[in-house]
Amino acid sequence: MTRLSWFNTVSLTLGFAFLYIPMIILVVYSFNESKLVTVWAGFSTKWYGELVRNEAFLDAAWVTVKVAVFSSTIATILGTMAALVLVRAGRFLGRTLFSGMIYAPLVMPEVITGLSLLLLFIGIGLDRGILTIVLAHTTFSMCYVSVVVSSRLVSFDRSLEEAALDLGASQAEAFRLVTLPIIAPAVISGWLLAFTLSLDDLVIASFTAGPSATTLPIKIFSAVRLGVSPEINALSTIMIAIVTVGVITASLVTKRAMVRQQQDEQAAIRAG
Amino acid sequence: MGTKVFAPWDDPNAKPLIQFRNVTKRFGEFTAIDDLTLDIFEREFFALLGPSGCGKTTMMRMLAGFEKPTEGQILLAGQDIDPIPPNKRAVNMMFQSYALFPHLTVYENIAFGLRRGNMPKHDLHDRVQEMLRLTRLEKFAGRKPHQISGGQRQRVALARSLAKAPKLLLLDEPLGALDKKLRQDTQFELMDIQEKTGTTFVIVTHDQEEAMTVASRVAVMNDGKLVQVATPDRLYETPNSVYVADFIGDVNIIEGHATATGEETYRIDWGEGREPLTAKSAQPFSAGQACHLAIRPEKVTITAERPTDADNAVQGRVHDIAYLGNLSTYHVELPDGTIIKAQSANTRRIARRSFTWEDTVWLSWTATAGVLLAE
Ligand SMILES: Nc1ncnc2c1ncn2[C@@H]1O[C@H](COP(=O)(O)OP(=O)(O)OP(=O)(O)O)[C@@H](O)[C@H]1O
Ligand SMILES: [Mg+2]
Repeated sequence: MTRLSWFNTVSLTLGFAFLYIPMIILVVYSFNESKLVTVWAGFSTKWYGELVRNEAFLDAAWVTVKVAVFSSTIATILGTMAALVLVRAGRFLGRTLFSGMIYAPLVMPEVITGLSLLLLFIGIGLDRGILTIVLAHTTFSMCYVSVVVSSRLVSFDRSLEEAALDLGASQAEAFRLVTLPIIAPAVISGWLLAFTLSLDDLVIASFTAGPSATTLPIKIFSAVRLGVSPEINALSTIMIAIVTVGVITASLVTKRAMVRQQQDEQAAIRAG
Repeated sequence: MGTKVFAPWDDPNAKPLIQFRNVTKRFGEFTAIDDLTLDIFEREFFALLGPSGCGKTTMMRMLAGFEKPTEGQILLAGQDIDPIPPNKRAVNMMFQSYALFPHLTVYENIAFGLRRGNMPKHDLHDRVQEMLRLTRLEKFAGRKPHQISGGQRQRVALARSLAKAPKLLLLDEPLGALDKKLRQDTQFELMDIQEKTGTTFVIVTHDQEEAMTVASRVAVMNDGKLVQVATPDRLYETPNSVYVADFIGDVNIIEGHATATGEETYRIDWGEGREPLTAKSAQPFSAGQACHLAIRPEKVTITAERPTDADNAVQGRVHDIAYLGNLSTYHVELPDGTIIKAQSANTRRIARRSFTWEDTVWLSWTATAGVLLAE
């Protein structure tokens, strides 16, 4: 370990302060005794208690979790399939167009994605509710999954699948028994990514949510417009915790898989 | 050893197991296999020998079903195998890169093929144990591929391809990573398996000694073509080209011009002021035709005095001696700088050897010692 120069230390501190001070303040004030958000009146967990008794928030939380689970699962299946085709299918007509198109939603302004989905749902007469939010979230998080999975597939040694076929496995068995277990870490981190994206999406959800179903970010946003309450702080703290755990798990899974893959590769080089 | 010599390739009635019929394989513009025709018979141990990139793996992959011929046909037991997918072919392949499943243990890797059939659990376990024993991997059954050495990995790949006892087994450089002792043991093991099971083997190797040891026939390839297909001894004694002579074992190549002097006997003029050589050849040469005389070093005798009855004799100076233990190879420099190698068995101890550096010696060989080649 080298010691950081004073300049680096200052930049690091400033950068991280900039990133995290607002969140720290929020977390600290969620434990505030006082009803006033800006006045500290001692430590308390009573707002968390209040939160548990607030039906509206609990409903929204439940909707959010359901949406996140369903949309990330569907997005993972579709995204993995898309990645397989784009990495594997070799050259087919319009391949470049397809792979460009699958990544386009990554850079598309969310407002536009949300608006276009809204128009679609109205067009086909689909009532806005949980289903529409799930569909919308699937649409945009699928691209992320496919990016994560295809970066893993690129380095996947196809002779493993050939070996499986050679030993009598069908195409489906080769995928289930060989390919999938090997790319599983990428698929899992894709799922976690999709899950967290869905959890904290506000823009697309507000276009596609209806009166029957509201997600937590929408709820918080509308509540804050009436004034920030310590309850909101408590709720946000919980969300920060969930997202943090999700992101850390995803990166750990990916990193562990990468280390193992490197080990395998080095071993292969030594063998060859 | 059976009473009958195993040589189905000489029997016009024998049915080949594998037939390549004018097979060409192109990758885009590049021709990897060029109009190749070849028969491989049942119970053969067939070796493919050739330099890197000559198309050996490509041939294997076509047999296994991972590549389709661009032109021509491949028949297995008289049937065109083109429409049969790899998982339906009674062919198993050991991959050059091993292609072990990294997420499965050694045991599960070997069991993978067996689990695809509906083999009873008990038999499956016995079979895997047998394979582990055969490849001496019992101690590593529970490890993952990244936890074992390169040679061990190679043996897992071998065991995995052997486990299903296929009709045709394709081995792509199966023994490259093993040390000499283990390699020889495994070679004999393979030959033993072959005797016992009657499996047909096609083996790719870079190691000509290995090809000579295990194979019933060897195909020497170059640039996607077969240069010669013959039994190991025929390949060694009567190569059909300088390429094959040079590829298989050590050889002296003398360039010259042939002139017939008698029945199947030729005079070879090989340079101004040199005494012409005499060689016999069944293959006809026209007068003055350019030729190459290929002579194995062990067929060249080295003596201090000029032998009186030799068909060919040249004088030179010992330039270098390569001591190989049981043999010594003398590199003898002729007055014009040509080097000719002569090999002799070391029946005496080093101290009593008769020749040393800078000694003037005579090299001699008979008219039938060498092979006269046109190209
Ligand atoms: N999928 C492919 N696309 C393009 N060219 C290929 C492909 N596979 C093989 N080739 C080319 O075909 C030629 C023969 O390859 P092959 O793998 O059969 O060689 P090899 O004889 O097995 O060599 P080595 O002894 O090094 O394994 C090589 O020049 C190689 O570059
Ligand atoms: Mg090869």
